Amino acid sequence: MTAYIVRRVLYAIPILIGVNLITFALFFVVNTPDDMARMQLGAKRVTPEAIEKWKAERGYDRPLLWNAQAAGAGKLADTIFFEKSVKLFLFDFGNADDGRNIRHEILSRMGPSLALAIPVFLIGIAANVTMAMLVAFFRATAIDLWGVVLAVSMMSVSTLFYIIGGQYLVAKSWSLVPISGYQEGLDALKFVVLPVVVGVVSGIGSGVRWYRTIFLEEMGRDYVRTARAKGLAETTVLFRHVLKNAMIPILTGAVVVIPLLFMGSLLSESFFGIPGLGSYTIDAIQAQDFAVVRSMVFLGSVLYIAGLILTDVSYTLVDPRVRLA
Amino acid sequence: MRALAIPLIAWLALAAGCGDAWNDPYPAGERGTNTLYASFIERPKTLDPARSYTADEWGFTSQVYEPPLQYHYLKRPYELIPQTAAEVPRPRFFDRDGRELPADAPAERVAYSEYEIRIQPGIRYQPHPAFARGEDGAPLYLDLPESEIRRRHKLSDFEKTGTRELTADDYVYQIKRLAHPRVNSPIFGHMSEYIVGLKELGDRLKDENARLVAAHRERFGVADKGLPWIDLTRFPLDGAQAVDRYTYRVRIKGKYPQFAYWLAMPFFAPLPVEADRFYSQRGMNDGRNLTLDWYPVGTGPYMLAENNPNARMVLERNPHFRGERYPSAGEPGDAAEGLLADAGKRAPFIDRVVFTREKEGIPYWNKFLQGYYDQSGIASDNFDQAVRIDLEGEASLTPEMEAKGIRLRTSVGTSTFYLAFNFLDPVVGGLSERAKKLRQAISIAVDWEEFISIFQNGRGIPGMGPIPPGIFGYREGREGVNPVVYEWADGKPRRRSIEAARKLLAEAGFPDGRDAQTGEPLVLYLDTVQRGPGDKPRLDWYRRQFAKLGIQLEIRATDWNRFQEKIRQGNTQLFFLGWNADYPDPENFMFLLNGPQARARSGGENAANYQNPEYDRLFAQMKNMDNGPERQAIIDRMLAIAREDAPWVWGFHPKEYSLAHEWVGNVKPNQMARNGLKFYRIDTASREARRDEWNRPVLWPLLALLALVVLMAAPAVRAYRRRERAAARPAGSGA
Repeated sequence: MTAYIVRRVLYAIPILIGVNLITFALFFVVNTPDDMARMQLGAKRVTPEAIEKWKAERGYDRPLLWNAQAAGAGKLADTIFFEKSVKLFLFDFGNADDGRNIRHEILSRMGPSLALAIPVFLIGIAANVTMAMLVAFFRATAIDLWGVVLAVSMMSVSTLFYIIGGQYLVAKSWSLVPISGYQEGLDALKFVVLPVVVGVVSGIGSGVRWYRTIFLEEMGRDYVRTARAKGLAETTVLFRHVLKNAMIPILTGAVVVIPLLFMGSLLSESFFGIPGLGSYTIDAIQAQDFAVVRSMVFLGSVLYIAGLILTDVSYTLVDPRVRLA
Repeated sequence: MRALAIPLIAWLALAAGCGDAWNDPYPAGERGTNTLYASFIERPKTLDPARSYTADEWGFTSQVYEPPLQYHYLKRPYELIPQTAAEVPRPRFFDRDGRELPADAPAERVAYSEYEIRIQPGIRYQPHPAFARGEDGAPLYLDLPESEIRRRHKLSDFEKTGTRELTADDYVYQIKRLAHPRVNSPIFGHMSEYIVGLKELGDRLKDENARLVAAHRERFGVADKGLPWIDLTRFPLDGAQAVDRYTYRVRIKGKYPQFAYWLAMPFFAPLPVEADRFYSQRGMNDGRNLTLDWYPVGTGPYMLAENNPNARMVLERNPHFRGERYPSAGEPGDAAEGLLADAGKRAPFIDRVVFTREKEGIPYWNKFLQGYYDQSGIASDNFDQAVRIDLEGEASLTPEMEAKGIRLRTSVGTSTFYLAFNFLDPVVGGLSERAKKLRQAISIAVDWEEFISIFQNGRGIPGMGPIPPGIFGYREGREGVNPVVYEWADGKPRRRSIEAARKLLAEAGFPDGRDAQTGEPLVLYLDTVQRGPGDKPRLDWYRRQFAKLGIQLEIRATDWNRFQEKIRQGNTQLFFLGWNADYPDPENFMFLLNGPQARARSGGENAANYQNPEYDRLFAQMKNMDNGPERQAIIDRMLAIAREDAPWVWGFHPKEYSLAHEWVGNVKPNQMARNGLKFYRIDTASREARRDEWNRPVLWPLLALLALVVLMAAPAVRAYRRRERAAARPAGSGA
């Protein structure tokens, strides 16, 4: 397994270079270093000298991808792309365009993001699997029919509606939790209750539909019939046999997102005033802060690849037939 | 069922322990404290007073830093008064030979002006480690080894603090910082044209910086950020010198009366050399953000106690603040509104100000209605809920707001929004009769009264020229009307008829919107950054305005960067822009049409690239004059020229509407200054009572939810049990 993991990690390097190159190209198709400087320096009384100085201080005064003026390897190395990318692979994210340290920001925002994302993930999976099993248990009955109708209805509603509706009902009309905000430590609990509930409820529709399909497919298999023929209770059949055998597709969807929990939620963090990494990314895109956008995309790619490797490893844990070599 | 009930009961127990209001977003310990709760949207990029140039950032820096002058809190038109200065300085004028000239000397005779600013003695800085001294009197933290810095991560990690008296040298030091190559002040270019020797200082500092950077990179490598400090006290500046401990003198090239307004901006606030030295130590900015961008050092009523721009910023009362008397005079009506109740009392009245980051409008508005923000603006989405407009166009609060004791304040912004014609464009630009009449026709057709009513909820007044109300040069009534677009009827301006516009269009050679020579329809192009689904009604409205004349308007939507690039290159035809005043002087608006400052040619603020030699000549004459009848006459002449040439469709001056709860006192909108928090007052007992009243938790929905779950689960449980008890189907009974 170690050889497999090492190989996958090595495969990741060209993928990350490619992701970085695409991010770089897309960003600079829309923004020039001059645009970035103007965005940071503001709209009033910005002189061309100030723009040049801003670019020089941050290394944006070089060619983007190819430096025809340089000699030898410098043609490639003395460029914005090379200079900014190499450090990323050492996880040295440098400073944002406003001069603030990106690593410091990521570390300080990771906590709030996880305080929201982990409960949503765990409770969400538990709720989705439980309800999907319930619906699957009552397949071809009115409960199944109305369960599916409800799931389809719920997945048809925008997440924004859940957020605004939740804030209006729970926080404003019933005054049960704060509408938005965040505090450190245990005090964070009252701020994340509503976003967690909203996150779980908004994901139930699609989650239940997906897991129900998996369970129904498993329940039609011979080993289930054999288990029932042996006289096992239906709950035993479901939890001991069906759930266990349905774990591979469940893990495929679930484990891969675990590392990405660090990246936070773009919409929820913004509406609930949670100072996490999701809102950091959105702010950076709006501010045309390439240093932050590049770092967050790179970090997201690394975490996604880590998630895929974790998924493969987890297969070996739930299915003894799987061997990684 | 038990799985659901347990967390629910736990939550009820936890929430019950939080106090009366479960939805209070602030720590329980803050209840009843003398704290103002406000919000912010954008993270401040910098709190360095030499760099910061946005209203949002000045909302923080203006409470901490004290320039020598400030605007009177209550009086309008805006009036400069001393802040740390003993009095408002009167400039002295000198000719080329150094002979002093009389105060009314014409600008062309003045070679340079001198502002001698005397500051009040006894003003002290906030507590800060940069001032900390040991028992031997030596500074504790100004020459720290890097290892000592690296074990500290925030300002409060420095155990000791100190203070010292404000001196004239601190003001001189800050003026020198405007030329510092590492500070990159946005006003350096502008100020170097006026302050004697500032440009040369910038050149010297640039050389010094290059020398230090080269030596530093050789030693530590290119990437190292710990550049050595440049002690600006070693670099003299002819245009800014301390005369004695409490007096400094600024020398300006020529006559520049607007310089006094600059003295009310944070750019000219004092900066102690110790602070600059403290933050320049190696390691301070290495991932710790221990910089002036992050931690300001001032003499103002408040100091920044918590800087978490992702979530909240907290200002606390500066224990060394000298206290400032609340104004004893204001506008007529201020006394009736209770704005003079605290006259003569020592401010600040509030101990803490908590700014919470609120990026979305809906939660922000709802928290204001719950009493968790003390004041609020009004977004378009909430306008109808908050304000009603009567038949006369007067705004008042809705009964719902009045029942909550909320108060409405309105003021006309010192800003203008306009639709510009690019003067470099062959169709709409230039001073030809044809182009002029085309622009005039469009100016009549675009109905700003309708725009303000539909899209601004009535919050604005149509522009008659670039100068907004409240600024010298603006005229009320008949004499202030733009006669090209309006006629005076029934005691008020009335937009000229669309027939008059069509007549002008025909005279321009485009009868019914077609070129008289070719018969081709006239198609004009509007560049805009409005391109979202929500912008469609506006874009349709623009098209309809032009369609009144038979002109086809094509919308060219683009992003902000390309939009700005097109304007810089003069590749536009029509576009919208706005301008917020730097200071309340007509020069700050009239220069937007000054030819030498055309954007495409010189990168200036004249985005329309308008050029009229007579206007430019009058502008040069007007800009350095003192306010008075002579200046007003020139402004009137300039306005007449601009109205006739119509380089802009004079848009509108927005009205600012703001709401405050009844427990907030002494609130008066001030468009020019952001340092009014020191005069606010909070009735905390009233706030607590109202918050409790408005935020009683409603529990029945939780119980109803629980009951609903039980009801839904019951059939499932019954069905499950029935199925479990059912016997296996006999063979042959079907599938």
